Amino acid sequence: MQNLIDLEKKINSELTTKIKKTEIRHEQLYINIDNEDLIDVTLFIKSNENTKFRQLIDITVVDYPENAQRFKVVYLFLSHEFNQRIILSYLISENEVIPSLTPIYPAANWMEREVFDMYGVKFKDHPDMRRILTDYGFEGHPLRKDFPLTGHTEVRYSEDQKKVISEPVKLEQNYRNFDYESPWEGTKYIKDQTDLENDKKN
Amino acid sequence: MTKKIKTLNLNFGPQHPAAHGVLRLILELDGEVVEKADPHIGLLHRGTEKLIENKTYMQAVPYFDRLDYVAPMNQEHAFALAIEKILKINVPIRAQLIRVMFCEIGRILSHILNVTTQALDVGALTPSLWGFEERETLMTFYERASGSRLHANYFRAGGVHQDLPMGLEEDIGNFCESFPKIIDDLETLLTDNRIFKQRNVDIGIVTKEDALDYSFSGVMIRGSGVPWDLRKSQPYDCYEQLEFKIPVGKNGDCFDRYLCRIEEMRESVSIIKQCLSKMEKGPIKSLDGKISPPPKKDIKQSMEALIHHFKLFTEGYRVDKDEIYTAVEAPKGEFGVYLISDGTSKPYKCKIRAPGFSHLQAMDYLIKGHMLADVPAVLGSLDIVFGEVDR
Repeated sequence: MQNLIDLEKKINSELTTKIKKTEIRHEQLYINIDNEDLIDVTLFIKSNENTKFRQLIDITVVDYPENAQRFKVVYLFLSHEFNQRIILSYLISENEVIPSLTPIYPAANWMEREVFDMYGVKFKDHPDMRRILTDYGFEGHPLRKDFPLTGHTEVRYSEDQKKVISEPVKLEQNYRNFDYESPWEGTKYIKDQTDLENDKKN
Repeated sequence: MTKKIKTLNLNFGPQHPAAHGVLRLILELDGEVVEKADPHIGLLHRGTEKLIENKTYMQAVPYFDRLDYVAPMNQEHAFALAIEKILKINVPIRAQLIRVMFCEIGRILSHILNVTTQALDVGALTPSLWGFEERETLMTFYERASGSRLHANYFRAGGVHQDLPMGLEEDIGNFCESFPKIIDDLETLLTDNRIFKQRNVDIGIVTKEDALDYSFSGVMIRGSGVPWDLRKSQPYDCYEQLEFKIPVGKNGDCFDRYLCRIEEMRESVSIIKQCLSKMEKGPIKSLDGKISPPPKKDIKQSMEALIHHFKLFTEGYRVDKDEIYTAVEAPKGEFGVYLISDGTSKPYKCKIRAPGFSHLQAMDYLIKGHMLADVPAVLGSLDIVFGEVDR
Protein backbone atom coordinates (compact mmCIF):
# COMPACT_ATOMS: atom_id res chain seq x y z
CA MET A 1 0.00 0.00 0.00
CA GLN A 2 1.47 3.34 -1.01
CA ASN A 3 1.83 5.81 1.76
CA LEU A 4 -1.51 7.16 2.93
CA ILE A 5 0.19 10.07 4.67
CA ASP A 6 1.48 11.31 1.31
CA LEU A 7 -2.00 11.03 -0.10
CA GLU A 8 -3.43 12.95 2.82
CA LYS A 9 -0.87 15.73 2.35
CA LYS A 10 -1.45 15.81 -1.39
CA ILE A 11 -5.21 16.09 -1.07
CA ASN A 12 -4.96 18.69 1.67
CA SER A 13 -2.57 20.86 -0.32
CA GLU A 14 -4.42 20.61 -3.64
CA LEU A 15 -7.92 21.03 -2.33
CA THR A 16 -7.20 23.17 0.71
CA THR A 17 -10.46 25.04 1.02
CA LYS A 18 -12.68 22.15 0.08
CA ILE A 19 -11.52 19.69 2.72
CA LYS A 20 -12.95 20.08 6.20
CA LYS A 21 -11.09 17.31 7.94
CA THR A 22 -8.89 14.34 7.09
CA GLU A 23 -7.88 11.39 9.20
CA ILE A 24 -6.10 8.07 8.71
CA ARG A 25 -7.52 5.06 10.52
CA HIS A 26 -7.61 1.36 9.75
CA GLU A 27 -5.38 1.91 6.69
CA GLN A 28 -8.03 4.09 5.09
CA LEU A 29 -8.27 7.82 4.56
CA TYR A 30 -11.38 9.47 5.99
CA ILE A 31 -12.28 12.82 4.42
CA ASN A 32 -15.03 15.20 5.47
CA ILE A 33 -16.17 17.82 2.98
CA ASP A 34 -19.00 20.26 2.34
CA ASN A 35 -21.74 18.98 0.10
CA GLU A 36 -21.22 21.71 -2.55
CA ASP A 37 -17.70 20.48 -3.15
CA LEU A 38 -18.59 16.87 -3.92
CA ILE A 39 -18.20 17.08 -7.70
CA ASP A 40 -14.90 18.98 -7.53
CA VAL A 41 -13.38 16.61 -5.03
CA THR A 42 -14.46 13.43 -6.82
CA LEU A 43 -13.30 14.76 -10.18
CA PHE A 44 -9.93 15.53 -8.64
CA ILE A 45 -9.39 12.18 -6.95
CA LYS A 46 -10.58 10.31 -10.01
CA SER A 47 -8.46 12.04 -12.60
CA ASN A 48 -5.33 13.18 -10.77
CA GLU A 49 -2.16 11.30 -11.73
CA ASN A 50 -1.19 10.61 -8.14
CA THR A 51 -4.55 9.47 -6.82
CA LYS A 52 -6.48 7.67 -9.59
CA PHE A 53 -9.46 6.56 -7.56
CA ARG A 54 -11.05 4.91 -10.54
CA GLN A 55 -13.64 2.86 -8.69
CA LEU A 56 -16.62 3.94 -6.67
CA ILE A 57 -17.18 1.02 -4.34
CA ASP A 58 -20.38 2.08 -2.65
CA ILE A 59 -22.60 4.96 -1.61
CA THR A 60 -24.55 4.90 1.59
CA VAL A 61 -26.18 7.14 4.16
CA VAL A 62 -26.14 7.06 7.94
CA ASP A 63 -29.20 8.42 9.69
CA TYR A 64 -28.86 10.46 12.88
CA PRO A 65 -32.45 11.62 13.47
CA GLU A 66 -31.53 13.71 16.53
CA ASN A 67 -29.16 15.97 14.54
CA ALA A 68 -30.26 19.03 12.60
CA GLN A 69 -28.22 17.78 9.66
CA ARG A 70 -29.75 14.40 9.80
CA PHE A 71 -28.01 12.37 7.11
CA LYS A 72 -24.36 11.62 6.65
CA VAL A 73 -23.73 10.65 3.04
CA VAL A 74 -20.77 8.31 2.63
CA TYR A 75 -18.85 7.46 -0.54
CA LEU A 76 -16.26 4.68 -0.67
CA PHE A 77 -13.54 4.92 -3.29
CA LEU A 78 -10.82 2.51 -4.32
CA SER A 79 -7.65 3.15 -6.28
CA HIS A 80 -6.29 0.01 -7.92
CA GLU A 81 -3.16 1.76 -9.04
CA PHE A 82 -2.02 2.81 -5.57
CA ASN A 83 -4.02 0.26 -3.59
CA GLN A 84 -5.70 2.81 -1.34
CA ARG A 85 -9.16 3.45 -0.04
CA ILE A 86 -10.92 6.72 0.71
CA ILE A 87 -14.06 7.16 2.77
CA LEU A 88 -15.60 10.49 1.82
CA SER A 89 -18.50 11.92 3.77
CA TYR A 90 -20.59 15.04 4.31
CA LEU A 91 -23.66 16.01 6.27
CA ILE A 92 -27.00 17.11 4.84
CA SER A 93 -30.38 17.94 6.27
CA GLU A 94 -33.52 16.02 5.49
CA ASN A 95 -34.84 17.83 2.43
CA GLU A 96 -31.55 18.74 0.81
CA VAL A 97 -31.01 17.65 -2.78
CA ILE A 98 -27.50 16.45 -3.57
CA PRO A 99 -25.67 16.14 -6.90
CA SER A 100 -25.58 12.78 -8.63
CA LEU A 101 -22.25 11.13 -9.38
CA THR A 102 -23.61 9.11 -12.29
CA PRO A 103 -21.89 11.20 -15.02
CA ILE A 104 -18.51 10.64 -13.34
CA TYR A 105 -18.98 7.07 -12.16
CA PRO A 106 -21.66 5.11 -14.09
CA ALA A 107 -21.78 2.64 -11.19
CA ALA A 108 -23.34 5.34 -9.02
CA ASN A 109 -26.66 4.90 -10.80
CA TRP A 110 -28.08 1.99 -8.79
CA MET A 111 -26.25 2.97 -5.63
CA GLU A 112 -28.00 6.33 -5.65
CA ARG A 113 -31.30 4.68 -6.42
CA GLU A 114 -30.78 2.47 -3.41
CA VAL A 115 -29.94 5.44 -1.19
CA PHE A 116 -33.09 7.18 -2.40
CA ASP A 117 -35.16 4.06 -1.78
CA MET A 118 -33.79 3.37 1.67
CA TYR A 119 -33.37 6.91 3.04
CA GLY A 120 -35.35 9.23 0.78
CA VAL A 121 -32.34 11.36 -0.11
CA LYS A 122 -32.93 13.00 -3.49
CA PHE A 123 -30.33 13.38 -6.23
CA LYS A 124 -30.14 16.16 -8.76
CA ASP A 125 -29.82 15.16 -12.44
CA HIS A 126 -30.06 11.46 -11.83
CA PRO A 127 -31.00 9.74 -15.13
CA ASP A 128 -33.44 7.21 -13.71
CA MET A 129 -34.67 7.93 -10.20
CA ARG A 130 -36.95 5.06 -9.24
CA ARG A 131 -37.18 2.82 -6.21
CA ILE A 132 -35.00 -0.22 -6.57
CA LEU A 133 -35.15 -2.74 -3.74
CA THR A 134 -38.58 -2.28 -2.21
CA ASP A 135 -41.85 -3.49 -3.70
CA TYR A 136 -43.78 -1.70 -6.44
CA GLY A 137 -45.94 0.91 -4.74
CA PHE A 138 -44.01 0.84 -1.46
CA GLU A 139 -44.24 3.88 0.79
CA GLY A 140 -41.68 5.16 3.26
CA HIS A 141 -37.94 4.77 3.55
CA PRO A 142 -37.13 1.63 5.50
CA LEU A 143 -33.57 2.28 6.68
CA ARG A 144 -34.43 5.53 8.42
CA LYS A 145 -34.15 5.09 12.15
CA ASP A 146 -37.76 6.17 12.69
CA PHE A 147 -39.12 3.46 10.38
CA PRO A 148 -40.32 0.53 12.51
CA LEU A 149 -38.58 -2.82 12.12
CA THR A 150 -41.89 -4.56 11.47
CA GLY A 151 -42.85 -2.11 8.72
CA HIS A 152 -46.30 -0.63 8.13
CA THR A 153 -47.94 -3.07 5.75
CA GLU A 154 -47.98 -6.80 5.11
CA VAL A 155 -49.09 -8.67 2.02
CA ARG A 156 -51.20 -11.79 1.70
CA TYR A 157 -53.22 -13.59 -0.93
CA SER A 158 -56.88 -12.80 -0.56
CA GLU A 159 -59.14 -15.72 -1.46
CA ASP A 160 -62.11 -13.36 -1.91
CA GLN A 161 -60.48 -10.89 -4.25
CA LYS A 162 -58.32 -13.54 -5.92
CA LYS A 163 -55.21 -11.38 -5.74
CA VAL A 164 -52.36 -10.38 -3.47
CA ILE A 165 -53.41 -7.52 -1.21
CA SER A 166 -51.51 -5.36 1.23
CA GLU A 167 -52.92 -4.41 4.63
CA PRO A 168 -51.63 -2.80 7.84
CA VAL A 169 -49.41 -5.04 9.95
CA LYS A 170 -51.24 -6.98 12.64
CA LEU A 171 -49.00 -8.71 15.14
CA GLU A 172 -50.02 -11.05 17.96
CA GLN A 173 -47.20 -9.61 19.99
CA ASN A 174 -45.31 -6.38 19.48
CA TYR A 175 -41.63 -6.47 18.69
CA ARG A 176 -39.81 -6.48 22.01
CA ASN A 177 -36.57 -4.65 22.33
CA PHE A 178 -34.94 -5.72 25.58
CA ASP A 179 -32.69 -3.37 27.45
CA TYR A 180 -29.56 -5.34 28.23
CA GLU A 181 -27.50 -2.52 29.67
CA SER A 182 -25.37 -3.77 32.52
CA PRO A 183 -27.41 -4.10 35.76
CA TRP A 184 -24.47 -2.64 37.63
CA GLU A 185 -24.61 0.54 35.65
CA GLY A 186 -28.38 0.73 35.91
CA THR A 187 -30.68 0.63 32.93
CA LYS A 188 -31.35 3.86 31.17
CA TYR A 189 -34.91 4.50 32.32
CA ILE A 190 -34.00 3.90 35.95
CA LYS A 191 -30.98 6.17 35.57
CA ASP A 192 -33.11 8.90 34.05
CA GLN A 193 -35.61 8.57 36.88
CA THR A 194 -33.02 8.68 39.66
CA ASP A 195 -31.35 11.64 38.00
CA LEU A 196 -34.70 13.42 38.02
CA GLU A 197 -35.26 12.67 41.70
CA ASN A 198 -31.77 13.85 42.56
CA ASP A 199 -32.43 17.07 40.69
CA LYS A 200 -35.56 17.66 42.74
CA LYS A 201 -33.72 17.04 46.00
CA ASN A 202 -31.07 19.55 45.07
CA MET B 1 -41.19 5.94 -47.44
CA THR B 2 -39.91 5.56 -43.94
CA LYS B 3 -40.34 2.23 -42.30
CA LYS B 4 -41.57 2.22 -38.76
CA ILE B 5 -39.70 -0.15 -36.46
CA LYS B 6 -41.74 -1.49 -33.64
CA THR B 7 -39.82 -2.84 -30.69
CA LEU B 8 -41.15 -5.70 -28.65
CA ASN B 9 -41.12 -5.68 -24.87
CA LEU B 10 -40.35 -9.01 -23.32
CA ASN B 11 -40.63 -9.85 -19.66
CA PHE B 12 -37.82 -12.25 -18.71
CA GLY B 13 -38.44 -13.78 -15.30
CA PRO B 14 -39.03 -13.47 -12.33
CA GLN B 15 -39.85 -17.17 -12.67
CA HIS B 16 -37.31 -18.18 -15.28
CA PRO B 17 -34.81 -20.97 -14.65
CA ALA B 18 -32.03 -19.07 -16.42
CA ALA B 19 -32.64 -15.91 -14.39
CA HIS B 20 -30.65 -17.50 -11.54
CA GLY B 21 -33.21 -16.56 -8.95
CA VAL B 22 -35.86 -13.92 -8.88
CA LEU B 23 -34.71 -11.46 -11.51
CA ARG B 24 -37.27 -9.62 -13.57
CA LEU B 25 -35.60 -8.40 -16.71
CA ILE B 26 -37.58 -6.20 -19.04
CA LEU B 27 -36.08 -6.50 -22.49
CA GLU B 28 -36.76 -4.26 -25.42
CA LEU B 29 -36.27 -6.29 -28.57
CA ASP B 30 -35.89 -5.31 -32.17
CA GLY B 31 -36.48 -8.65 -33.82
CA GLU B 32 -34.09 -10.88 -31.94
CA VAL B 33 -31.65 -8.12 -31.01
CA VAL B 34 -31.80 -6.67 -27.52
CA GLU B 35 -32.06 -2.88 -27.57
CA LYS B 36 -32.38 -2.29 -23.88
CA ALA B 37 -32.44 -4.29 -20.70
CA ASP B 38 -33.98 -3.01 -17.50
CA PRO B 39 -33.42 -5.34 -14.54
CA HIS B 40 -36.02 -5.09 -11.79
CA ILE B 41 -34.52 -6.36 -8.58
CA GLY B 42 -35.64 -6.46 -4.98
CA LEU B 43 -38.00 -9.40 -5.22
CA LEU B 44 -35.89 -11.12 -2.57
CA HIS B 45 -35.37 -8.03 -0.43
CA ARG B 46 -35.49 -8.99 3.22
CA GLY B 47 -34.18 -5.87 4.89
CA THR B 48 -31.00 -7.53 6.13
CA GLU B 49 -29.33 -4.23 7.00
CA LYS B 50 -32.30 -3.07 9.07
CA LEU B 51 -32.45 -6.40 10.88
CA ILE B 52 -28.74 -6.32 11.68
CA GLU B 53 -29.16 -2.90 13.29
CA ASN B 54 -31.57 -4.52 15.73
CA LYS B 55 -29.44 -7.54 16.62
CA THR B 56 -26.29 -7.95 18.66
CA TYR B 57 -23.06 -8.53 16.80
CA MET B 58 -23.20 -12.26 17.41
CA GLN B 59 -26.82 -12.54 16.36
CA ALA B 60 -26.05 -10.70 13.12
CA VAL B 61 -23.73 -13.39 11.76
CA PRO B 62 -26.44 -15.74 10.39
CA TYR B 63 -27.78 -12.94 8.20
CA PHE B 64 -24.50 -12.99 6.31
CA ASP B 65 -25.01 -16.65 5.41
CA ARG B 66 -28.21 -15.72 3.69
CA LEU B 67 -26.66 -13.14 1.39
CA ASP B 68 -24.68 -15.14 -1.11
CA TYR B 69 -26.05 -18.50 -0.05
CA VAL B 70 -23.76 -20.56 -2.27
CA ALA B 71 -20.64 -19.43 -0.39
CA PRO B 72 -21.90 -18.48 3.07
CA MET B 73 -18.70 -18.36 5.09
CA ASN B 74 -16.97 -15.83 2.85
CA GLN B 75 -19.54 -13.23 3.88
CA GLU B 76 -19.26 -14.01 7.57
CA HIS B 77 -15.55 -13.47 7.15
CA ALA B 78 -15.97 -9.82 6.15
CA PHE B 79 -18.17 -9.10 9.15
CA ALA B 80 -15.84 -10.90 11.58
CA LEU B 81 -12.84 -8.99 10.20
CA ALA B 82 -14.62 -5.66 10.61
CA ILE B 83 -15.33 -6.30 14.29
CA GLU B 84 -11.83 -7.65 14.87
CA LYS B 85 -10.27 -4.54 13.39
CA ILE B 86 -12.32 -2.24 15.59
CA LEU B 87 -11.74 -4.24 18.76
CA LYS B 88 -8.12 -5.03 17.79
CA ILE B 89 -8.51 -8.73 18.52
CA ASN B 90 -5.74 -11.14 17.61
CA VAL B 91 -6.99 -14.27 15.94
CA PRO B 92 -5.08 -17.49 16.76
CA ILE B 93 -3.26 -18.97 13.78
CA ARG B 94 -5.29 -22.18 13.77
CA ALA B 95 -8.51 -20.18 13.56
CA GLN B 96 -7.10 -18.14 10.67
CA LEU B 97 -6.16 -21.29 8.79
CA ILE B 98 -9.59 -22.85 9.38
CA ARG B 99 -11.29 -19.68 8.17
CA VAL B 100 -9.15 -19.39 5.06
CA MET B 101 -9.66 -23.06 4.31
CA PHE B 102 -13.42 -22.77 4.54
CA CYS B 103 -13.41 -19.59 2.50
CA GLU B 104 -11.64 -21.46 -0.26
CA ILE B 105 -14.11 -24.32 0.06
CA GLY B 106 -16.79 -21.66 -0.36
CA ARG B 107 -15.03 -20.37 -3.45
CA ILE B 108 -15.05 -23.85 -4.97
CA LEU B 109 -18.72 -24.26 -4.02
CA SER B 110 -19.62 -21.02 -5.73
CA HIS B 111 -17.52 -21.58 -8.83
CA ILE B 112 -18.80 -25.12 -9.36
CA LEU B 113 -22.34 -23.82 -9.19
CA ASN B 114 -21.61 -20.98 -11.54
CA VAL B 115 -19.61 -22.85 -14.14
CA THR B 116 -22.04 -25.73 -14.33
CA THR B 117 -25.22 -23.67 -14.39
CA GLN B 118 -23.74 -21.40 -17.01
CA ALA B 119 -23.18 -24.54 -19.06
CA LEU B 120 -26.75 -25.55 -18.30
CA ASP B 121 -28.02 -22.20 -19.52
CA VAL B 122 -26.36 -22.69 -22.89
CA GLY B 123 -27.52 -26.26 -23.22
CA ALA B 124 -25.14 -28.67 -21.48
CA LEU B 125 -26.72 -30.81 -18.78
CA THR B 126 -23.95 -33.19 -17.74
CA PRO B 127 -21.56 -30.69 -16.05
CA SER B 128 -24.16 -29.75 -13.49
CA LEU B 129 -24.80 -33.40 -12.63
CA TRP B 130 -21.09 -34.00 -12.10
CA GLY B 131 -20.47 -30.73 -10.35
CA PHE B 132 -23.31 -30.99 -7.87
CA GLU B 133 -21.97 -34.29 -6.59
CA GLU B 134 -18.80 -32.48 -5.54
CA ARG B 135 -20.77 -29.63 -4.02
CA GLU B 136 -22.58 -32.16 -1.91
CA THR B 137 -19.25 -33.50 -0.61
CA LEU B 138 -18.10 -29.96 0.20
CA MET B 139 -21.32 -29.17 1.98
CA THR B 140 -20.88 -32.21 4.21
CA PHE B 141 -17.55 -30.63 5.23
CA TYR B 142 -19.50 -27.50 6.12
CA GLU B 143 -21.94 -29.62 8.06
CA ARG B 144 -19.27 -31.49 9.99
CA ALA B 145 -17.56 -28.27 11.03
CA SER B 146 -20.57 -26.09 11.76
CA GLY B 147 -23.58 -28.39 11.96
CA SER B 148 -25.24 -26.98 8.88
CA ARG B 149 -24.83 -27.62 5.18
CA LEU B 150 -25.60 -24.12 4.02
CA HIS B 151 -26.25 -21.55 6.69
CA ALA B 152 -23.12 -22.23 8.66
CA ASN B 153 -23.03 -19.42 11.27
CA TYR B 154 -19.49 -20.59 11.96
CA PHE B 155 -17.14 -17.57 11.98
CA ARG B 156 -16.98 -15.36 15.04
CA ALA B 157 -15.12 -12.20 15.80
CA GLY B 158 -11.89 -13.63 17.19
CA GLY B 159 -11.96 -17.02 15.47
CA VAL B 160 -14.50 -19.72 14.73
CA HIS B 161 -17.32 -21.20 16.77
CA GLN B 162 -15.85 -24.65 17.43
CA ASP B 163 -12.90 -26.81 16.49
CA LEU B 164 -12.94 -29.19 13.55
CA PRO B 165 -14.21 -32.66 14.45
CA MET B 166 -11.92 -35.71 14.32
CA GLY B 167 -11.02 -36.87 10.84
CA LEU B 168 -12.33 -33.83 8.97
CA GLU B 169 -8.87 -32.53 8.07
CA GLU B 170 -8.00 -35.91 6.63
CA ASP B 171 -11.18 -36.07 4.57
CA ILE B 172 -10.66 -32.58 3.19
CA GLY B 173 -7.13 -33.64 2.31
CA ASN B 174 -8.48 -36.64 0.41
CA PHE B 175 -10.95 -34.41 -1.40
CA CYS B 176 -8.08 -32.17 -2.52
CA GLU B 177 -6.44 -35.22 -4.08
CA SER B 178 -9.50 -36.32 -6.00
CA PHE B 179 -11.05 -32.99 -6.96
CA PRO B 180 -8.53 -31.78 -9.60
CA LYS B 181 -9.53 -34.84 -11.63
CA ILE B 182 -13.14 -33.62 -11.57
CA ILE B 183 -12.06 -30.17 -12.77
CA ASP B 184 -10.23 -31.89 -15.65
CA ASP B 185 -13.38 -33.83 -16.46
CA LEU B 186 -15.46 -30.65 -16.47
CA GLU B 187 -12.92 -29.06 -18.76
CA THR B 188 -13.05 -31.96 -21.23
CA LEU B 189 -16.79 -31.37 -21.40
CA LEU B 190 -16.66 -27.62 -21.83
CA THR B 191 -13.36 -25.91 -22.64
CA ASP B 192 -12.99 -27.24 -26.17
CA ASN B 193 -16.65 -27.90 -26.71
CA ARG B 194 -17.74 -26.32 -29.96
CA ILE B 195 -21.23 -25.38 -28.84
CA PHE B 196 -20.05 -23.98 -25.52
CA LYS B 197 -17.47 -21.86 -27.29
CA GLN B 198 -19.91 -20.62 -29.90
CA ARG B 199 -22.22 -19.49 -27.14
CA ASN B 200 -19.57 -17.83 -24.98
CA VAL B 201 -16.57 -16.61 -26.96
CA ASP B 202 -16.85 -12.88 -27.77
CA ILE B 203 -20.15 -12.58 -25.90
CA GLY B 204 -20.55 -9.92 -23.23
CA ILE B 205 -17.14 -8.32 -23.69
CA VAL B 206 -16.09 -5.93 -20.92
CA THR B 207 -13.17 -3.60 -21.57
CA LYS B 208 -10.73 -2.69 -18.81
CA GLU B 209 -12.03 0.87 -18.63
CA ASP B 210 -15.65 -0.16 -18.36
CA ALA B 211 -14.85 -2.78 -15.76
CA LEU B 212 -13.42 0.02 -13.62
CA ASP B 213 -16.22 2.46 -14.35
CA TYR B 214 -18.94 -0.01 -13.47
CA SER B 215 -17.23 -0.99 -10.18
CA PHE B 216 -16.63 -4.56 -11.26
CA SER B 217 -14.60 -6.78 -9.01
CA GLY B 218 -13.56 -10.40 -8.70
CA VAL B 219 -13.66 -12.54 -11.80
CA MET B 220 -15.54 -9.84 -13.70
CA ILE B 221 -12.54 -7.51 -13.54
CA ARG B 222 -9.87 -10.21 -13.77
CA GLY B 223 -11.52 -11.65 -16.87
CA SER B 224 -10.91 -8.25 -18.50
CA GLY B 225 -7.21 -8.38 -17.75
CA VAL B 226 -6.91 -6.37 -14.55
CA PRO B 227 -4.81 -8.38 -12.09
CA TRP B 228 -6.66 -7.38 -8.95
CA ASP B 229 -7.41 -9.70 -6.07
CA LEU B 230 -7.90 -8.52 -2.51
CA ARG B 231 -6.32 -11.69 -1.19
CA LYS B 232 -3.06 -10.50 -2.73
CA SER B 233 -3.36 -6.72 -2.71
CA GLN B 234 -4.91 -6.19 0.72
CA PRO B 235 -4.31 -9.54 2.40
CA TYR B 236 -6.38 -10.46 5.42
CA ASP B 237 -6.00 -13.34 7.89
CA CYS B 238 -3.16 -15.64 6.80
CA TYR B 239 -3.36 -15.15 3.04
CA GLU B 240 0.02 -13.46 3.15
CA GLN B 241 1.71 -16.68 4.15
CA LEU B 242 0.12 -18.73 1.40
CA GLU B 243 1.26 -19.11 -2.17
CA PHE B 244 -1.25 -18.88 -4.94
CA LYS B 245 -1.61 -17.39 -8.39
CA ILE B 246 -4.24 -15.04 -9.73
CA PRO B 247 -5.62 -16.17 -13.09
CA VAL B 248 -6.28 -13.21 -15.40
CA GLY B 249 -8.29 -13.22 -18.62
CA LYS B 250 -7.42 -11.53 -21.90
CA ASN B 251 -10.56 -10.74 -23.85
CA GLY B 252 -13.06 -10.01 -21.09
CA ASP B 253 -15.76 -12.18 -22.64
CA CYS B 254 -17.92 -14.86 -21.04
CA PHE B 255 -15.49 -17.57 -22.05
CA ASP B 256 -12.50 -15.91 -20.35
CA ARG B 257 -14.50 -15.53 -17.18
CA TYR B 258 -15.34 -19.22 -17.32
CA LEU B 259 -11.63 -20.05 -17.73
CA CYS B 260 -10.72 -17.79 -14.79
CA ARG B 261 -13.18 -19.61 -12.58
CA ILE B 262 -11.83 -23.01 -13.57
CA GLU B 263 -8.27 -21.88 -12.80
CA GLU B 264 -9.34 -20.31 -9.52
CA MET B 265 -10.77 -23.62 -8.40
CA ARG B 266 -7.38 -25.23 -8.95
CA GLU B 267 -5.70 -22.46 -6.96
CA SER B 268 -8.24 -22.89 -4.18
CA VAL B 269 -7.41 -26.58 -3.95
CA SER B 270 -3.76 -25.67 -3.57
CA ILE B 271 -4.59 -23.10 -0.86
CA ILE B 272 -6.64 -25.67 1.06
CA LYS B 273 -3.73 -28.11 0.87
CA GLN B 274 -1.33 -25.46 2.22
CA CYS B 275 -3.72 -24.65 5.06
CA LEU B 276 -3.97 -28.32 6.00
CA SER B 277 -0.20 -28.74 6.01
CA LYS B 278 0.27 -25.66 8.20
CA MET B 279 -2.45 -26.55 10.66
CA GLU B 280 -1.35 -27.38 14.17
CA LYS B 281 -3.22 -27.92 17.39
CA GLY B 282 -4.11 -24.74 19.21
CA PRO B 283 -6.89 -22.42 20.23
CA ILE B 284 -9.58 -21.74 17.63
CA LYS B 285 -10.88 -18.48 18.99
CA SER B 286 -9.65 -15.47 20.89
CA LEU B 287 -9.01 -16.26 24.53
CA ASP B 288 -10.54 -12.98 25.67
CA GLY B 289 -13.54 -14.01 27.77
CA LYS B 290 -15.24 -10.69 27.07
CA ILE B 291 -15.57 -11.58 23.40
CA SER B 292 -15.62 -15.33 22.90
CA PRO B 293 -17.87 -17.55 25.02
CA PRO B 294 -16.21 -19.93 27.48
CA PRO B 295 -16.21 -23.72 26.99
CA LYS B 296 -19.16 -25.55 28.52
CA LYS B 297 -16.85 -27.31 30.98
CA ASP B 298 -15.74 -24.01 32.52
CA ILE B 299 -19.27 -22.75 32.95
CA LYS B 300 -19.93 -25.54 35.42
CA GLN B 301 -16.89 -24.70 37.53
CA SER B 302 -15.91 -21.08 37.14
CA MET B 303 -18.09 -18.22 38.33
CA GLU B 304 -16.38 -15.81 35.97
CA ALA B 305 -17.02 -18.07 32.99
CA LEU B 306 -20.68 -18.28 33.95
CA ILE B 307 -20.95 -14.49 34.11
CA HIS B 308 -19.20 -14.13 30.78
CA HIS B 309 -21.47 -16.68 29.20
CA PHE B 310 -24.57 -14.98 30.54
CA LYS B 311 -23.50 -11.51 29.49
CA LEU B 312 -22.39 -12.63 26.03
CA PHE B 313 -25.66 -14.35 25.23
CA THR B 314 -27.95 -11.67 26.61
CA GLU B 315 -26.35 -8.29 26.10
CA GLY B 316 -23.56 -9.41 23.77
CA TYR B 317 -20.15 -7.79 23.62
CA ARG B 318 -19.85 -4.08 23.11
CA VAL B 319 -17.92 -2.58 20.24
CA ASP B 320 -16.22 0.78 20.64
CA LYS B 321 -17.43 3.78 18.69
CA ASP B 322 -15.84 3.57 15.26
CA GLU B 323 -16.42 3.56 11.54
CA ILE B 324 -14.79 1.05 9.24
CA TYR B 325 -14.99 -0.51 5.81
CA THR B 326 -13.57 -4.01 5.39
CA ALA B 327 -13.67 -6.02 2.23
CA VAL B 328 -12.87 -9.60 1.38
CA GLU B 329 -12.43 -11.31 -1.94
CA ALA B 330 -15.62 -13.35 -2.04
CA PRO B 331 -16.03 -15.79 -4.95
CA LYS B 332 -18.12 -13.22 -6.81
CA GLY B 333 -15.93 -10.20 -6.16
CA GLU B 334 -15.33 -7.61 -3.51
CA PHE B 335 -17.74 -8.18 -0.66
CA GLY B 336 -17.53 -5.39 1.88
CA VAL B 337 -19.03 -4.41 5.18
CA TYR B 338 -19.25 -0.74 6.14
CA LEU B 339 -19.83 -0.83 9.86
CA ILE B 340 -20.59 2.00 12.26
CA SER B 341 -20.51 1.03 15.90
CA ASP B 342 -21.65 3.34 18.68
CA GLY B 343 -20.26 1.63 21.78
CA THR B 344 -23.30 -0.53 22.43
CA SER B 345 -23.71 -4.21 21.66
CA LYS B 346 -25.62 -3.57 18.43
CA PRO B 347 -24.28 -2.07 15.21
CA TYR B 348 -25.58 1.44 14.52
CA LYS B 349 -25.30 0.91 10.81
CA CYS B 350 -24.12 -1.99 8.70
CA LYS B 351 -24.01 -1.43 4.96
CA ILE B 352 -23.32 -4.49 2.91
CA ARG B 353 -21.49 -4.02 -0.36
CA ALA B 354 -22.44 -6.92 -2.58
CA PRO B 355 -20.42 -7.54 -5.75
CA GLY B 356 -23.44 -8.84 -7.65
CA PHE B 357 -25.25 -5.52 -7.26
CA SER B 358 -22.76 -3.59 -9.39
CA HIS B 359 -22.39 -6.47 -11.84
CA LEU B 360 -26.09 -6.71 -12.50
CA GLN B 361 -26.28 -2.96 -12.88
CA ALA B 362 -24.13 -3.24 -16.00
CA MET B 363 -26.55 -5.71 -17.60
CA ASP B 364 -27.94 -3.05 -19.93
CA TYR B 365 -24.47 -2.08 -21.11
CA LEU B 366 -23.38 -5.71 -21.51
CA ILE B 367 -26.36 -7.00 -23.44
CA LYS B 368 -27.08 -4.09 -25.76
CA GLY B 369 -26.85 -5.31 -29.35
CA HIS B 370 -26.65 -8.98 -28.45
CA MET B 371 -29.23 -11.58 -29.41
CA LEU B 372 -31.96 -12.69 -27.04
CA ALA B 373 -30.32 -16.10 -26.69
CA ASP B 374 -27.20 -14.43 -25.30
CA VAL B 375 -29.09 -13.04 -22.32
CA PRO B 376 -28.81 -16.26 -20.27
CA ALA B 377 -25.17 -16.69 -21.29
CA VAL B 378 -24.21 -13.19 -20.11
CA LEU B 379 -26.35 -13.48 -17.01
CA GLY B 380 -24.71 -16.80 -16.21
CA SER B 381 -21.21 -15.41 -16.54
CA LEU B 382 -22.04 -12.43 -14.27
CA ASP B 383 -22.48 -14.94 -11.46
CA ILE B 384 -25.54 -13.39 -9.86
CA VAL B 385 -27.05 -14.65 -6.65
CA PHE B 386 -30.11 -12.77 -5.52
CA GLY B 387 -29.51 -13.24 -1.86
CA GLU B 388 -26.75 -10.65 -2.04
CA VAL B 389 -28.11 -8.42 -4.80
CA ASP B 390 -31.40 -7.80 -2.99
CA ARG B 391 -30.13 -8.12 0.59
